[in-house]
Amino acid sequence: MYDVLIIGSGPAGLTASIYASRYKLSNLVIGRVLGGMMTSAHKIENYPGFASISGAELSQKMGEHVKTLGAEILADGVSKIEKTETGFKVTTENGQDFEGKVLIVATGTERRKLDVPGEKEYLGRGVSYCTACDIPFFKDKIVALIGGSDAAVSGAIHATAFVKKAYIIYRREKLRAEPVWVEEVLKNPKIEVIYKTNITEILGDGTKVTGVKLDSPHQGTEKLTLDGVFIEIGGVPGTQLLKPLGVELDEGGFVKVKPDMSTNITGVFAAGDIANIAGEFQQIVTAASEGAMAAFSAFKYLKGAVELPTY
Amino acid sequence: MLETVLSDQNFKKEVLQSKLPVLVDFYGEWCLPCKLLAPIISQVAKDLDGRVKIGKLDVDKNPQTAQKYGVMGVPTVILFKAGKEAKRIVGLRSKEDLVRELGLK
Repeated sequence: MYDVLIIGSGPAGLTASIYASRYKLSNLVIGRVLGGMMTSAHKIENYPGFASISGAELSQKMGEHVKTLGAEILADGVSKIEKTETGFKVTTENGQDFEGKVLIVATGTERRKLDVPGEKEYLGRGVSYCTACDIPFFKDKIVALIGGSDAAVSGAIHATAFVKKAYIIYRREKLRAEPVWVEEVLKNPKIEVIYKTNITEILGDGTKVTGVKLDSPHQGTEKLTLDGVFIEIGGVPGTQLLKPLGVELDEGGFVKVKPDMSTNITGVFAAGDIANIAGEFQQIVTAASEGAMAAFSAFKYLKGAVELPTY
Repeated sequence: MLETVLSDQNFKKEVLQSKLPVLVDFYGEWCLPCKLLAPIISQVAKDLDGRVKIGKLDVDKNPQTAQKYGVMGVPTVILFKAGKEAKRIVGLRSKEDLVRELGLK
């Protein structure tokens, strides 16, 4: 029986483990991918202490930090969570059972799909959700990044090292990425931004993507010829596992948390992108901070009465 | 050796002419999800040893094969039966999902 079971091995889960270990709480991190969504970031330039680092490297470093403090990280998914008399039982996809007194859920989000015709058919044949993985297939080709956040905008900048031209297609009037990224995009002659436009269909020739259909014409036509479509429109929370526990969600499907990261279910805390506290501001630094807070709250809960200053 | 290293040169012999079904992992050295899939593929290789042959193809070093099968995203896993593509999976999967989606359970 662990003091704390942490589900999710992104920055929120890993930071929760670091804090839990330092509070002397025995803990186990269970997660499919060490680093979570952070691993797909080609470059991270806003995490304190690292002027520029890849998502993969930061993930490794956080993982090492967790292990240095004595906690284990199990590379596995979770298939079931049950309430027990003394806490919670978690069953992994490989069929192992673990018990914990407290649960910190930091499973983040899954990539949001456009939900348009052609998206599924051409996945891996021109449609991609990982710019860093797949952009090398598009040397001297024309691609579009869909979205206007950091992922889409920094992805477009990374893409220009390979492609002939990169479009950014965004539904709003202004990109919402960090101004330093936006500035770089606007200066880059290989990037063209198409604002206030949605994709209605991904077109192909049966074996690969040939273009997209737009909901408003661009230079007189609704059809844009492309070789690749990179969908970077954020994530949807994966809360299926939490439903049987009765954890309360908001309208968007995110877990409702209080400022101390507790949920409506005693002993269940949530942190990171799955929690509704930071809204659309889904950052590594906020995930880490929520993970730390969740571990602290778990510590207070387990130790009973720790007096806190009131503000 | 449970995993065969494939190339543009040996693909025909090792995959298309194989008597056993062959599961080919198309991967890129730069791709993190591919690195995460690798141990899962190794586990599948162990579990299915003797029933399915497992091959790994570096798409950067072997662009002809990747292009021939229209692989434009990694990781892509293709199951070949009697020299023909029988099933294709794009992206990272857990071992459970991979085996189930490929119908190899």
